Amino acid sequence: MSETREPTTYTIRLELVDEPGELLRALRPIGEKGGNLLSIFHERGDKTPRGHIPVEVDLEATPERYEAIVDELRTEGINVIQAGTERYSESLTVLLSGDLVDTGLSETLTRIRENTNSTISDFELSAPQGSSDISSGRLRLGIEEGETGHTLSVIREIADEKDLQVVEPLYEGGV
Amino acid sequence: MRLAIVGTGAVGASVAELAAEYGHTVTALADSRSAVTDAAGIDVESALARKRDEGRVGSGDPEDALNGAYDCLVEATPTTLGDARPAYDHVRAAFERDRDVVLANKGPVAERYADVRALERESEGRLRFEATVGGAMPVLSTIEDCGPAHVTGIRGVLNGTANFVLSRMAVEGLDYEHVLAEAQDLGVAEADPSFDVEGTDAALKCVIVANVLARGEREYTLADADVEGIVDVSSNALRLASGDGRTVRLIGEVVDGSVRVAPRTVPTNSPLAVSGTENVVQIGTTDAGRLNVSGRGTGGPETASAVLADVRRLESTARD
Repeated sequence: MSETREPTTYTIRLELVDEPGELLRALRPIGEKGGNLLSIFHERGDKTPRGHIPVEVDLEATPERYEAIVDELRTEGINVIQAGTERYSESLTVLLSGDLVDTGLSETLTRIRENTNSTISDFELSAPQGSSDISSGRLRLGIEEGETGHTLSVIREIADEKDLQVVEPLYEGGV
Repeated sequence: MRLAIVGTGAVGASVAELAAEYGHTVTALADSRSAVTDAAGIDVESALARKRDEGRVGSGDPEDALNGAYDCLVEATPTTLGDARPAYDHVRAAFERDRDVVLANKGPVAERYADVRALERESEGRLRFEATVGGAMPVLSTIEDCGPAHVTGIRGVLNGTANFVLSRMAVEGLDYEHVLAEAQDLGVAEADPSFDVEGTDAALKCVIVANVLARGEREYTLADADVEGIVDVSSNALRLASGDGRTVRLIGEVVDGSVRVAPRTVPTNSPLAVSGTENVVQIGTTDAGRLNVSGRGTGGPETASAVLADVRRLESTARD
């Protein structure tokens, strides 16, 4: 089989059983089959109705290797919910500030992901100090080309509703 | 040129003090309560001394300055919003007498641009307002030299107070309130800093640029600007930005006919990541690429230099 095609970025959504070693077991095929792991979005507290833990994995691979990875995951009995073929060619990073925790951080991130054509590549939370309720988070999304404007407007809408501040990036292009 | 200066704050006083050095004569100086006029030139030093000692520059009525002998009115009263009075009335008085007008006050060109341009059309006098955008930086004259039709947009840091606060917060890891109090102690921030930290001042400058770029096809006022200040920017957010090689600056933008002021992340090594009270503007052009202009956006002598540059341009170009 020829493997001359360029690597593409893929997102795989998994549901893991809440047992030690499951995450590691799910990630092993990616490396073994020649994929390049980009990020893992994993929230232990956020369980599905069946008591599983949703995990979103971004990886880079050629289409052939990607297929082999998904096959191997299924063979291993890992619950593959969605094996996306979306291509996230651009990255968008925003800062969110406000009462991130009490306004439901997990729900905020899920809504951003579900209402935009994006994947969460990274999220870092900086918790409040002292008595302040203000916490901040840095959210990095993988988005499709040309989706920046739409993605930002969805984020702004969700943030407005939750009284969160969004600090958007300024791109070097622009003027 | 013979100058009538209305307004004796940092800018008006500096214009008065520097005028002679730049070859001009101050024939009138007015504050809100009084005026001193002399067709042969007033004694600037004693007028400003009297202002300091007695709270008034002279014994005349403020109206005397507008009715006296002068070629160019320098409007340097504090910026007011809405009807932009009394500055707008001063501009009208000068134009009705066919005098030139140089504004340091943003109100008339930010809130009543079409009205002011209409007054100018009816007059032999001409309008300039370099000092209203970016203090000492030649922003409007650069746009004028390129031709507004060849400018695709501008963006930049247009408020020194907000920039001082954000850059101190980023470097020292201190909270907004702490740095703001420090800025007030240093005289960088006013006792009531809302005009600066809520983004209004930067927005007015952007609105003025938008009016220039629109070339009469559309009029902008503060109400057309989407404005968000720096009050809610937390030191946590700055820390997270820095972990990503970026920092936060209050950025004003005039792009595609819209005006926006908001805190934005920019790369730490970006020309827009100026520190302290420094200002910077990027001007996008169709043929000259992107021009960066940086410098002091506030300060008496700095802003006065922009006023005097306007006066010089008026003096060196014939009326049409």
